[in-house]
Amino acid sequence: MRYLPNSPAERDEMLRATGHDSIEGLFDQIPAALKTTGPLNLPGPLSEPEILEYFRHASQHSSRDYVSLLGAGAYSHYRPVAIDALLSRGEFFTAYTPYQAEIAQGTLQAMFEFQTLITQLTGMDVSNASLYDGSTAATEAVLMAMRITRRNRVVLARTLHPEYRQVLQTYVQHQGVELREVGYNSTGQMDLEQLEASLKTETAVVVIQSPNFFGCIERAEEIAKIVHKSGALLVVTITEPLSLAIVRPPADADIVCGEAQSFGVPVAYGGPYVGFLAAKSQFIRQMPGRLIGQTQDTEGRRGFVLTLATREQHIRREKATSNICTNQSLCALAATIYLSLLGKQGLKALAEQNLSKAAYAAAELRSVPGASLPFTAPGFNEFVVKAPAPVEELLVALRKEKIIGGLDLERFYPELKNHLLVCVTETVSKAPIDRMAAVYARLAVRSSEQDRQPDIVAAGRQSL
Amino acid sequence: MYPPELLYTKDHEWIRVDEEMGIIGITDHAQKELGDIVFVELPKAGEHVSAKEVFGSVESVKAVSEIFSPVTGEVTAANPKLHNTPELINTDPHGDAWLIKVHLADRRETESLMTADEYEAYIKEEKAH
Amino acid sequence: MENRNRTARPHVTRNEDLIFEQSSPGKTGVDLPPLDVPAASPDKLLGSDMYRSEIKGFPEVSETEVIRHFTRLSTWNYGVDTGLYPLGSCTMKYNPRVNEVVARLEGLATDHPFAPEGLTQGCLKILAETAKCLTEITGMDAVSLQPSAGAQGELTGILMIRACLADRGNPRRIVLIPDSAHGTNPASVNICGYEVRNLKSNARGCVDLDEMDRAMTEDVAGLMLTNPNTLGVFEEQIEEIARRVHAKGGLVYMDGANMNALVGVARPADFGVDVMHLNLHKTFTTPHGGGGPGSGPVAVKRLLEPYLPAPTIEESGDGTYRLNYDRPKSIGRVRAFYGNFGMAVRALAYIQANGAAGLRQTTLDAVLNANYVRSRLKDVYDLPYDAPSMHECVFSDRRQAARGVKTGDIAKRLIDYGFHPYTTSFPLIVSGALMIEPTESAGKAELDAFIEAMRSIALEVDEDPQFVQKAPYTTRVTRLDETAAARKPVLRWEPRS
Repeated sequence: MRYLPNSPAERDEMLRATGHDSIEGLFDQIPAALKTTGPLNLPGPLSEPEILEYFRHASQHSSRDYVSLLGAGAYSHYRPVAIDALLSRGEFFTAYTPYQAEIAQGTLQAMFEFQTLITQLTGMDVSNASLYDGSTAATEAVLMAMRITRRNRVVLARTLHPEYRQVLQTYVQHQGVELREVGYNSTGQMDLEQLEASLKTETAVVVIQSPNFFGCIERAEEIAKIVHKSGALLVVTITEPLSLAIVRPPADADIVCGEAQSFGVPVAYGGPYVGFLAAKSQFIRQMPGRLIGQTQDTEGRRGFVLTLATREQHIRREKATSNICTNQSLCALAATIYLSLLGKQGLKALAEQNLSKAAYAAAELRSVPGASLPFTAPGFNEFVVKAPAPVEELLVALRKEKIIGGLDLERFYPELKNHLLVCVTETVSKAPIDRMAAVYARLAVRSSEQDRQPDIVAAGRQSL
Repeated sequence: MYPPELLYTKDHEWIRVDEEMGIIGITDHAQKELGDIVFVELPKAGEHVSAKEVFGSVESVKAVSEIFSPVTGEVTAANPKLHNTPELINTDPHGDAWLIKVHLADRRETESLMTADEYEAYIKEEKAH
Repeated sequence: MENRNRTARPHVTRNEDLIFEQSSPGKTGVDLPPLDVPAASPDKLLGSDMYRSEIKGFPEVSETEVIRHFTRLSTWNYGVDTGLYPLGSCTMKYNPRVNEVVARLEGLATDHPFAPEGLTQGCLKILAETAKCLTEITGMDAVSLQPSAGAQGELTGILMIRACLADRGNPRRIVLIPDSAHGTNPASVNICGYEVRNLKSNARGCVDLDEMDRAMTEDVAGLMLTNPNTLGVFEEQIEEIARRVHAKGGLVYMDGANMNALVGVARPADFGVDVMHLNLHKTFTTPHGGGGPGSGPVAVKRLLEPYLPAPTIEESGDGTYRLNYDRPKSIGRVRAFYGNFGMAVRALAYIQANGAAGLRQTTLDAVLNANYVRSRLKDVYDLPYDAPSMHECVFSDRRQAARGVKTGDIAKRLIDYGFHPYTTSFPLIVSGALMIEPTESAGKAELDAFIEAMRSIALEVDEDPQFVQKAPYTTRVTRLDETAAARKPVLRWEPRS
């Protein structure tokens, strides 16, 4: 086996040093009845070329030849090659959590830079060194707000990523938490009247997403005023942080958290990603996850250490601020490299390209008779379109053009039948956008012809 | 070493009783065990504390220690200096680094506490184990 | 001589500035392709109140500087690729390069989680195949790859226990955890609404059956234990422990952090375990990455299968795979999408590379290595529990502490000898613990050098304890002031005003 460095002779020599006659002797403490008798039924052993062959074959059964207009919490952006070149350095990717600061300054300084970049982007005072992903970051933010306010009523925007809401529900199901949802209005943003009404009793926290699940940017400042009047905290979740290069950060929030996958982390069928959580400085000691702090060594040189560890599970055990141990350090490093490469001007220019592409696509689709954009609030690179034809047919037709046309929103919002969530990043060029619009137009014509002979099914569909 | 005018608990807190008022801190032994104190969490004035129950915590870099109240009563003040200079606990645990002042609900609760001599004997015995 | 030194400034590799401090306006590390649609005007589209014109303090550096910056930082790190990394309970083993290559293949690294199932059969097949292998390795009946890391696996497992007991009529109140457990165990249990009751270990460092019997009431939902435990000792009574927990209507959770001692040798399902998690970043060679990402799949017996997080991945009769969201008894989802897919790719590549025989040999080597280290150090370091070791051995600093040198000091001195330290001060049941897990990835020569270093440090402690207390001497920075860092936290760079 190529990963094992001991030769048979070395094994024998070592075994003798232990005082055992056979290697099995080392396992005597396992009762015989509990030992596996035959070999396990597993694939392999495979040589390296065989492994490559297996995964190359699997990778062919993928969407790699398609143009994807999917976003919804996972965004396709170009990843400069320097990222993988640097991540592949063994000193980075084969290191452990930097508990031994003297031989982990590389990871520690990079994570200190990550924390700084996140605070700069979000307008918060402090950031942790990453959490699992956006969904768990939102959940941790809620738990944190409940600790701070000592209240247990949680109000969620219905436009918070549906899967994030599901994760939160899983985590708080045994914590005596009352969850309440606030809907959206015709702009696609949170309904502020509903919000005010929902805050009448003691609420710990209100969670919104911006840009929200429909791609609409929320009025965070106004929402913060309403929320703070009730003594609750405001959590703003961000799944597409590239927006922060041109959209005002939600500096009035108490906690800003989200998903930084957009910054140089592959879409990779849903993970690994990189959650972040930033907050106002007065909440530092209630934050979950690892924090890197600046300090000095005995000679006065600047250095970095894991700090405020007493919040964490290995010290405070069941009273810890979170059960998290492993975070997403390497993905956070990817984000740090990505943001360093793009820099102030590059990130802004890229964000403007995303905005332009989405605006172009939205205008093209809106011009198709029967299609419309139901929500009026400003957005970034994602928007909702009401399909001019049954959404299933439309998606199938687009797939024939090698386009994945977006997310059928009915899956999460039954009231949005025939609505698609469409994301257009810089990776989508004009040609497929035009092809998509052409497919819309073709199906719209066919659909309107069918509509001239109204049937019961169509009528039923409209009443929904 | 241990001021004779104070009373002590088995959890290594001290209390200075003056009529209806009590001043509470942690002992020199406790601060030595913890090492460099980096943070102190205390109740606010007006909050209630109960005898033998946790009212706050002190933290070093790698440990958290809960602080138990020797008495029941209402907090009248928390030491404002400790927020920015928690290291006071290391330098003057029995004086400047008091934690909270409490209006006692029942003075008789202090009767079961240890004197300085008893406390010194107690920690010697604890060490031997 | 002194004057000369004063004029020569060391190269920045010795003292690399923060990326922000290297910034200068107008530099960039990327050039974007031209925009092929009309440029929108952001302030108009977003509205002037929403538009942001600048991110203050954001870096502006070239690609060349980025490469140099992070390359230099990397040289200040120690990784498994650098040498022996004997962190106990962390299983720092070699991370095969082919894993990294296959995880980055186009298609696997680029498929969107919401892409139609018909277009993501490759990813689904990998997830299904990985789950199948882990099912076989643990002997359990079903696996979910959704949990992001070990702690989330624990949470998932305990939530499933709770759901199952609730279905039986009473979720109960308490979970028993031995005092040798990882801190994540009690923290995870707490989120599930259970109270933690600690079980004192016996003289062997194992579960004390009498103590457990006293604690195991009808109010106890289950027992959460690590096997081999954090002392590296196999719980010989595991079957009996499980039998007694089951007799009282409780369930048994096994923390699989130490599976590197068992793969191919014994299967937790046979121990009476009802649910467990695995750490793909420990046992199955996915990289630790300086603290993550990990992956913490949960494996369950049939009785807990209905409660697995949704969606599950199922094979249809025609050889295709699909996501099944129709799971009415599921505890819900514990994260967005389907888990750390990229880690499943790597773990599967590792399992395939080894095959059944290779995995078994890996376990044998891991246990042999730990026992070799133990046998060659036990005359100089105190062995507080002399029960036989499996994949790791735990010493205490009792002899050295008498000279004022603690486990942390010995660990720092080890750095000067070119090794990463072992785990210090854990498990908590050993005062001044030195927890050593060499894994199978170290050959005899490397282990001999480590043993020699440890023995040499023991001599140094006898001769000059103060010298050891001030180690390390060879690193870029000396000991860092953690107290100052915690008292006045500086968690971000600020521009000089």
